[in-house]
Amino acid sequence: MDYAVSLLLIAVGAALINNFVLHYFVGLCPFLGVSRRLDTAFGMGSAVTFVISIAAFLSWTLTYFILRPGAPLTTLIAGRPLDLSILNYILYIFVIASSVQFVEMYVRKFFPHLYRAFGVYLPLITTNCAILFACLEIMKHVSGVDDPSKVWGLGQSLVLAFFAGIGFTVAISLMAGIREDLDLCDVPAALRGAGITFIVAGIMALGFMGFTGVDRGLEKALRKDGHSRAPRREAVVHQQTGTGALGGEGAAGGRS
Amino acid sequence: MRTEDGPTPLERFIRGILPENPVFRQMLGLCPTLAVTNNVKAALTMSAAVLFVLFSANVIVSLIRGLLKPHLRILVFTLTIATFVTIADRVIAAFMFGMSKQLGPYVPLIIVNCIIIARCEVCASRQSVWHAAADAVGQALGFTLALLSIASIREVLGSGTWLGMRVMPGVWPDWVIMVLPPGAFLTLGLLLGLVNWLGTLRRRPAS
Repeated sequence: MDYAVSLLLIAVGAALINNFVLHYFVGLCPFLGVSRRLDTAFGMGSAVTFVISIAAFLSWTLTYFILRPGAPLTTLIAGRPLDLSILNYILYIFVIASSVQFVEMYVRKFFPHLYRAFGVYLPLITTNCAILFACLEIMKHVSGVDDPSKVWGLGQSLVLAFFAGIGFTVAISLMAGIREDLDLCDVPAALRGAGITFIVAGIMALGFMGFTGVDRGLEKALRKDGHSRAPRREAVVHQQTGTGALGGEGAAGGRS
Repeated sequence: MRTEDGPTPLERFIRGILPENPVFRQMLGLCPTLAVTNNVKAALTMSAAVLFVLFSANVIVSLIRGLLKPHLRILVFTLTIATFVTIADRVIAAFMFGMSKQLGPYVPLIIVNCIIIARCEVCASRQSVWHAAADAVGQALGFTLALLSIASIREVLGSGTWLGMRVMPGVWPDWVIMVLPPGAFLTLGLLLGLVNWLGTLRRRPAS
């Protein structure tokens, strides 16, 4: 239950509250460059979501097993705990660049339709800061925490990355929709192009700031719900265990 | 266009500052431009890090330009850059711990900063070391100029201070929105408009 709540909070946080584009300013190059039309913007968004999930999987694996201080694989090989975190950045960028190449080849060979939909955007994504930023966020939660119980698992990392991609898609699609209409407007000559896009993005960021605190409210609602239900269920179980094996079945039936 | 006997090192240096300003003209390296400009000190630290990385990467790439294979070019660039970014990151963490916490992931994000890759690609991989070095310093100063102008506007309006010193009168109501993300977008949008407008003003009498 707690795990599911934490996943939900990570998802909401990554997609809406701390939107990668509008809160952290990463992935701005495609946000400006590919947001001219709605369909290409959506294609770019889905390509980023796809690559960011793969990069998150790879970087979590690397960080958890090899790079973090006292990681199992390096300890096994060296015979003592090592801290390889100085190699973090080099390995991340290497992994991202090579995985994008492989993904592009794989998609072109086995999913021609998919390739036609977003293949042209794949190489561009290598230098997309959003991907590296997701890896760095995961690194922060895997190798930067002292409390072993707070270290992120693969599930949390994947949820973060996937919903960050969704958030990027939402932002870039909204932007493309606005820009399509903006083409028909009489914008002052000096602001045409990037200038007005930034101003619109600023207003969008203002709107997305309205999501601040949603995670806290959600957590309160879900956790309170969980707490109020948990003792009751415990009480039922206690009652039933007193009456024997039949009671156990009754409790299960009652709960369902 | 850009051949060995193109612009001299001095021309390259000057060109990077205003005529080919990486932020206002080429629209490169926008993540740090927006993310670290809520106060001037962070912007200056970021600029120094970019100057170091850009200079070192440009010089190294220019030195090994004869060995580069076309298909592995970008990978070599990024790995070179990543090495220097690691150095910069460790130095900042060692000597300016608070600043390193404040800049957070934006120092490692220099790796994928388009300015550096673009300069390696356009200039350093085709020019001599002197050209590359002058180009790197010029571009980095242009970047500093852009960051400094945005950060000054945001810090003065948003917290009433400049580099930590109080400049606005005490009654000034801080425009908190300026130090928050939307302020960054609005400032950069309006500044771009201003730069374009000044450009057209200057061009009109000439033409």
